[in-house]
Amino acid sequence: MFDALHPIWPTGLPFAQTDGFWLPDAAATNPAMDRVFNLTLVISSLLFALVVGLMVLFVVRYRRRPGMPPQKSAAHNLLLEITWTAIPLLIVGVIFYQGFVAFMQMQTAPPGCYDLRVTARQWAWQFIYPNGHVDENLHVPAGEPVRLTMTSQDVIHGLWIPALRVKQDVVPGRYASLWFQADKVGTYDLLCTQFCGDEHSNMLSTVVVQTRKDYEAWLKDAANYLKTLPPAEAGKMLYQRRGCVQCHSIDGTAGTGPSLKGIYGKPQQLNNGAAVVADDNYIRESILEPQAKIVAGYQPVMSTYKGLVSDDEITALIEFIKSVK
Amino acid sequence: MSMTDLSPMPSKSYLTDPPGLRAWLLTQDHKRIGLMFLALISTAIGLGAIFGLLIRTELTLPGPTIVSSGHIYNRLFTLHGTIMIFLFIIPSMPASFGNYVLPLMLGARDVAFPRLNLASLYLYAGGLVFFLLVLVFGGVDTGWTFYTPYSTRTAAPVILAVVGVFILGFSSIFTGINFLVTIHTMRPAGMDWFRMPLFLWALYGTAIIQVLATPVLAITLLLLAAERTLGIGIFDPALGGDPILFQHFFWFYSHPAVYIMILPAMGIVTEVISVFSRKHIFGYKFIAYSSLAIALIGFLVWGHHMFVSSQSPLVGMIFSALTFAVAIPSAIKVFNWLATMYKGSITLAPPMCFALIFIFLFGVGGLTGLFLGALAIDVHVHDTAFVVAHFHYTMAGGALMGFLAGLYYWWPKITGRMYSIALGQIAALTIFIGFNLTYFPQFIIGSRGMPRRYFDYTRLLEAHPEFTFYQILSTIGGFLLVGGLVLVAFTLLRSLVVGPKASQNPWGAATLEWQCDSPPPHQNAAAPALVGDCYDFDNFQFDEKTRSYVKLP
Amino acid sequence: MTEPHPPSTQSNDDGHPSAHLAHHFNTPRQQYDSARLGMWIFLMTEVLFFGGLFCAYAVFRANNPAIFVDGHHFLDKPLGAVNTVVLIFSSLTMALAVRAAQLGRRRSLVGLLTVTLLCGLAFLGVKAVEYKHKWDHHMVPGQARIAYWFSHEAAPEPRKEFRPEETYVRERLAAEGFESLTQAEYTERVEHLGTFMGIYFSLTALHAVHVIAGIGVIFWILIGAIRGRYGRQYFTPVDMVGLYWHLVDMIWIYLFPLLYLIH
Repeated sequence: MFDALHPIWPTGLPFAQTDGFWLPDAAATNPAMDRVFNLTLVISSLLFALVVGLMVLFVVRYRRRPGMPPQKSAAHNLLLEITWTAIPLLIVGVIFYQGFVAFMQMQTAPPGCYDLRVTARQWAWQFIYPNGHVDENLHVPAGEPVRLTMTSQDVIHGLWIPALRVKQDVVPGRYASLWFQADKVGTYDLLCTQFCGDEHSNMLSTVVVQTRKDYEAWLKDAANYLKTLPPAEAGKMLYQRRGCVQCHSIDGTAGTGPSLKGIYGKPQQLNNGAAVVADDNYIRESILEPQAKIVAGYQPVMSTYKGLVSDDEITALIEFIKSVK
Repeated sequence: MSMTDLSPMPSKSYLTDPPGLRAWLLTQDHKRIGLMFLALISTAIGLGAIFGLLIRTELTLPGPTIVSSGHIYNRLFTLHGTIMIFLFIIPSMPASFGNYVLPLMLGARDVAFPRLNLASLYLYAGGLVFFLLVLVFGGVDTGWTFYTPYSTRTAAPVILAVVGVFILGFSSIFTGINFLVTIHTMRPAGMDWFRMPLFLWALYGTAIIQVLATPVLAITLLLLAAERTLGIGIFDPALGGDPILFQHFFWFYSHPAVYIMILPAMGIVTEVISVFSRKHIFGYKFIAYSSLAIALIGFLVWGHHMFVSSQSPLVGMIFSALTFAVAIPSAIKVFNWLATMYKGSITLAPPMCFALIFIFLFGVGGLTGLFLGALAIDVHVHDTAFVVAHFHYTMAGGALMGFLAGLYYWWPKITGRMYSIALGQIAALTIFIGFNLTYFPQFIIGSRGMPRRYFDYTRLLEAHPEFTFYQILSTIGGFLLVGGLVLVAFTLLRSLVVGPKASQNPWGAATLEWQCDSPPPHQNAAAPALVGDCYDFDNFQFDEKTRSYVKLP
Repeated sequence: MTEPHPPSTQSNDDGHPSAHLAHHFNTPRQQYDSARLGMWIFLMTEVLFFGGLFCAYAVFRANNPAIFVDGHHFLDKPLGAVNTVVLIFSSLTMALAVRAAQLGRRRSLVGLLTVTLLCGLAFLGVKAVEYKHKWDHHMVPGQARIAYWFSHEAAPEPRKEFRPEETYVRERLAAEGFESLTQAEYTERVEHLGTFMGIYFSLTALHAVHVIAGIGVIFWILIGAIRGRYGRQYFTPVDMVGLYWHLVDMIWIYLFPLLYLIH
């Protein structure tokens, strides 16, 4: 029935696709966070029911009856005050303690973690694997602790993998780290949670949890793409993996950056009035020094890829751009 | 049933005496200043609400709905936040009701520094002008939190915005200085600290925060502006600075700021619950001390906004523990309010409706604060719609409801007109339903995986197709909520035209502001020779002829 | 010579309402107490205002002491010392001025206020000399941008880099024993120097703004003093301005060693 109302009415029921109501499906086994969350949920619900229940009860029971003055009752009671100070204090103490203990577990990476590096930039994630391969998705082996060491190239970003219950701000000028262990094979969302500008809500990536065997196979294959694929196809993979796709379309639509469709060899109108032909040198410069020439009608918001793309990769990208007619 | 008195207002009240525009613009009368603040603040919430509705409409459906890009959407939520926080909630109760009622409750002729009070009003107006300029120049897109280095680099008119906030900060500081001194030096004979109305204890706690916390925001914003113009590298790592330092400075003010927002509201709720239960407030001293406790402990918890910022776990632990501590005084207040209602004689006049709604909504807000204060849970819900729901329940469900309670409570005194009780109750119910419909779904989508400040959630729908359903519910609620607020405005403004004249003490309160005419004369009445217990309702009787409660000897 | 006494709790010794009593206060004592409490609270806000900056100083110093190694070589210690003496002296004259007001000594009051005012101006003069010296050697953060505001000939640099006059910096460092620095060493030192100059100018410029404001209010009470407005019955404004001026002095007393003398 809902499908018939599509696209106005969303598909899926309000309870769709999760085991629990409040939390997304977990990729880890029995996350500590979930236990603390559920404990706090139970406690707060009981407290809330108590307060609102009493409030409604009193409004009804002690509503004003004309001609009947209110009954005499005390205006203070030290024992009561101390009781309803001490009991909440104990309750919040319990929640604090559970939250703290779970947090320390979540923060303390066990020895022998599989280390990966992450670079955040406006507006894409780059994951750097031990063999030097750089990818826009996070592939991890299942059942092993993984540690991410992260930094940002520009502003503060935040890496969040809801299914793994990990979140950490990624700050420029320093390294931040987080660890997790993914037990369930599958794909999960990875989101940016620290507001970072125009495309903040588009800065998504995917976590691909694979068996160790599949992971190794993927890694080997992925790192070789420059050698195994024709240049234009390799360039297309780079276009996606390095995040170019976030801002530069290939179908002519203007995004945060100009579309790449049919630009090769054609003159580009710059914002200072000059025109320049989009040849190999222009493309190379636009990747390494993007602020040097800005196409008219666009903002100078692209950060440099110096140090992040090799010369071979630039060549592949140029071939790809040539192929986008 | 009753003979409503539709005669024109008394010819001489503070509204008409002294006459003339100049007398208003250069007034030192706290009542006129309070009223002018009320007018400006109401404009601010209107402006903020418009941006809120734009956000809600945009988020109703996943992709671009009414706005074409994140570029514009980021400006919508930034303006909504900054206007609501700095132009509405922070000044709302102190500058309007505080200014109006504080001297009257003390039987004083004015606040300690009337000219400083007028300066506070003009500073507020100046801040408002700067925000209008920000709108003219395309709005800011940093979020109200101005995190660096995004805010030091974005092309938006950040300096205009921070200068506006800087000016508003001084408006707040001056109000705080005025209230602290007035309460210390201008209490009447017989009114020692523990005979003061609890609203004044609340204002006192608020003023402490205004005075101690706001200067830190001022210097932070000044440094932000200096970094943008002169490249002084305090916060931008590219210039040798530390972005986390900005967060510490910013939250050192901005966390206590939320207690500036809530303490006056709690003070109003205290007054209203007592009056409309016809019962002495329960636990006076505990409520008084809890206001101070919130003010002081509130300075020690700012790091709970930064649990995942890469501050050390030890520091996180300390902030988490203190955060749970600051929840206790608020809980004490709620229990004391309930104990006041116990065996009382309760009527659901609009002020009481909003006070009860406060308890409900602030209850949700406060309890969800427990989730956020717990380190492990915060890791999951930080920067999600869960946080957005939490702070709307506390700020809008708390402070705004307190403000509305105060508005309905003191309206007859301020304007001399009584409004339709039924319309007020309908407005309260509309707001209650609309509010919960707007914000409760946001808890759900937040903990399920919806980040905040997201313009487009299309790519989240594969894993979470239910997000659109909740967003639609939320938007319906939003329009209902704003409809309720419009009804509030309508009810009150209507009373100015067709409302009966208000009596001196329509609610039967025992605080001193109800001992003068409604509206009061230009010259405040002197305090009585012997100040009584301001929560003693024993000898009050309702006089049908004058529609006023009268204290029997 | 009669001792000054605090304002009476009655409206006036003679029983007439005092001309200086504002309409909303009951007694001159209440008015005086309010003014004092209000001013002390305001001074606390100033302490917190500067406190933020001092806190930033502390954080930078703790995290990266290298920033503060060279900075003081570029500050003129003798001039800083002169300013310190001038301000402390002006605090003395200000305190004496308050006493003169309390005792009703109009001529002393006018004289002492004038001296305080001149000291304040002297402080600003010395600061102007120091700032000009920095400006001449391109050591003001954002100097290129400020120059651009005043004359559009020089285009502003895309990044607001701190680029002091190299010969001058090398000379000064050589004079302190750091000779023949490699380009990499020089660049690193200049980076730290830039941060230091940012902190220096933030602190001293903000302080100077407060000195200017102080001069303004001292001038205002000077006019009042000349007109004979202050005396035994009413000296509150002088007292309050005095408090403010003492704070301005105290802040400098903290600033001076932290910026000029540490190494």
